[in-house]
Amino acid sequence: MLFIHSSSSEVLRMTDIAVDLKGVTLTYGAFVAVKDVDLKIDKGSFVTLLGPSGCGKTTILRSIAGLVTPTSGEIVVAGRLINDVPIYKRNIGLVFQNYALFPHKTVADNIAFGLKYRDVPKADIERKVKRALDMVRLPGVEKKLPSQLSGGQQQRIALARAIVIEPDVLLLDEPLSALDAHLREEMRTELKIIQREVGITTIFVTHDQEEALAMSDRIVVMNHGLIEQNGTPEDVYRTPATKFVASFLGQSNLMTGTVVQAGNGSARITLDNGASIEAKAPASLKAGSKVTVIVRAQRLEVGKKAANGANKLKGRIAATSYLGGTAIYAIDAEGMKLQANTIIDDQVFREGEAVDIAFAPSDCVLLGEDDRRLV
Amino acid sequence: MQPRQAEDASGVWGWRAVKIVTILVYIFMFAPILVTVILSFNASMFGGFPMTGVSLQWYGKLFQNEAVLRAFKTSIWIALLTAAVCTVIGVMAAIALTRHEFRGKQWMNTLVILPALVPETILGVGLLLLMKWANQPRSYLLLVLGHIMLALPFVVLVVQARLIGIKRVYEEAALSLGANRFNTFREVTLPLLMPAIVAAVLLVFTISFDNITASLFWRPPGVETMPTQILAMLKISISPEINALGTLMIVITVGLPLLGGAIARILSGNRQ
Repeated sequence: MLFIHSSSSEVLRMTDIAVDLKGVTLTYGAFVAVKDVDLKIDKGSFVTLLGPSGCGKTTILRSIAGLVTPTSGEIVVAGRLINDVPIYKRNIGLVFQNYALFPHKTVADNIAFGLKYRDVPKADIERKVKRALDMVRLPGVEKKLPSQLSGGQQQRIALARAIVIEPDVLLLDEPLSALDAHLREEMRTELKIIQREVGITTIFVTHDQEEALAMSDRIVVMNHGLIEQNGTPEDVYRTPATKFVASFLGQSNLMTGTVVQAGNGSARITLDNGASIEAKAPASLKAGSKVTVIVRAQRLEVGKKAANGANKLKGRIAATSYLGGTAIYAIDAEGMKLQANTIIDDQVFREGEAVDIAFAPSDCVLLGEDDRRLV
Repeated sequence: MQPRQAEDASGVWGWRAVKIVTILVYIFMFAPILVTVILSFNASMFGGFPMTGVSLQWYGKLFQNEAVLRAFKTSIWIALLTAAVCTVIGVMAAIALTRHEFRGKQWMNTLVILPALVPETILGVGLLLLMKWANQPRSYLLLVLGHIMLALPFVVLVVQARLIGIKRVYEEAALSLGANRFNTFREVTLPLLMPAIVAAVLLVFTISFDNITASLFWRPPGVETMPTQILAMLKISISPEINALGTLMIVITVGLPLLGGAIARILSGNRQ
């Protein structure tokens, strides 16, 4: 079910798209920040643009906001082509990493700012500000200045200010990265709850994979101005579409080898260190192809009785990070470096110990020579 | 409590020497000012020590001196006009230089501060020669334009420094909320810029009010500014009147920036 790209859901989406990017390219001189990106974002969904810095995720966000103009391509928000609409005439909510609350205005004036320019009557403004503050769970701080609030509180006000104008789309530019770790997790949940309550289409930019996995309906993984993969968090995590996605999200083991036999949805592969394994494979795979086998570090079993049909490798522990409930092992498997993140149920292996490693053929994802998943 | 650091004897003496030198430097810097202020209250006919009594007579004389009052008024008007024009142009220039990209920006950036680097005497002569070539007489207009040229770089520098400190996200946030560029400037940039603008106004006022070198070249015949008037009076004698005048000028040129600093602190205190 992870591979479903059914036409019926495509049709459904066509009618309910909040943001539609068509062939958006953005260049700064010779530097290509975003390369011919096509992206459709469903109404009411929470979509994360994930990638390392400089991957183009922020540029896409800023081009939707109207802070930068695409070199080519079309940006359609709520059915309206907005390429030539200035930022202040786009109906867009923007939340920044450093809150960007107006320091000389009270919380109430900050939240009311956007309403003022939408000709909302005074009495309504007051009511809406109050409701927005209730929504972000900070009632009664109307008269305070931003500097009198904590970082987390300021970010809630920034969120209230962006949502109160009922924008077509809410754009969040790494809004949690200025907060400390504990608060960040709390705000993550809070943000998601608020987004659900309001039902607002949200595009979230981050380089933090945990945030992306925890909050998103869909994750768009980007690198070098290109979309590497667009899918649900499970989709992206379990079946990475490219080598980049596999290595950027979570810990993966990449093993190269050659297919010796293929068919019936499975393939026998000889790894470069000589070991032979079985992997789930698409029907198109042919014997003789060079492949990269990806197995998540969490899917490697260390020192346990292997289940029937599992692949077995021999290895030696190179390093152990003991984390209480879990352990991370660096393993040297006959010349191949592997990482295993395992739950400890009886024994912790120490450096130098010989161990058996096992993983199921169904936990393997195969990449072709172009580093893309074979389908 | 921090643990007391063990200090050896040379360390103690070192600190004492630093303290003494500091005090001496301060005395050196403030003695002339102090002498002027004290002697302005001297009852003696001569503008120097010794003191023969305390009196306000020189202040009285000063306020009856038509030439001095005229020069004072001239200087105030020129300084006010210079401050107003410089602030408007300077703020606009600073915004252009920090917030917009255009060809030759680097050059503009350097050129705009050039008048602050070139010796005033040279600027004075230069502008005068230019006027002569254009066949224009020396006039109030020339004097004010000259002062504007001298003071403008300082406005640009002060406002630019502050603008760089104002994060663009404030403006971007305002734009995204529906304020157009003008409203964004009025509601967000300008209030955040206010401390720098107040500082710039006062700085320019002081620069213009104090200027003598360039004013000597540019003033129309028969017109005196405050500093040129003092110079003219000094040519005749060191009258105690000058001490009184000096004291008033100190009050104005020191008091104004202090006042401005206080205003700026109050303005920015709201948002720290």
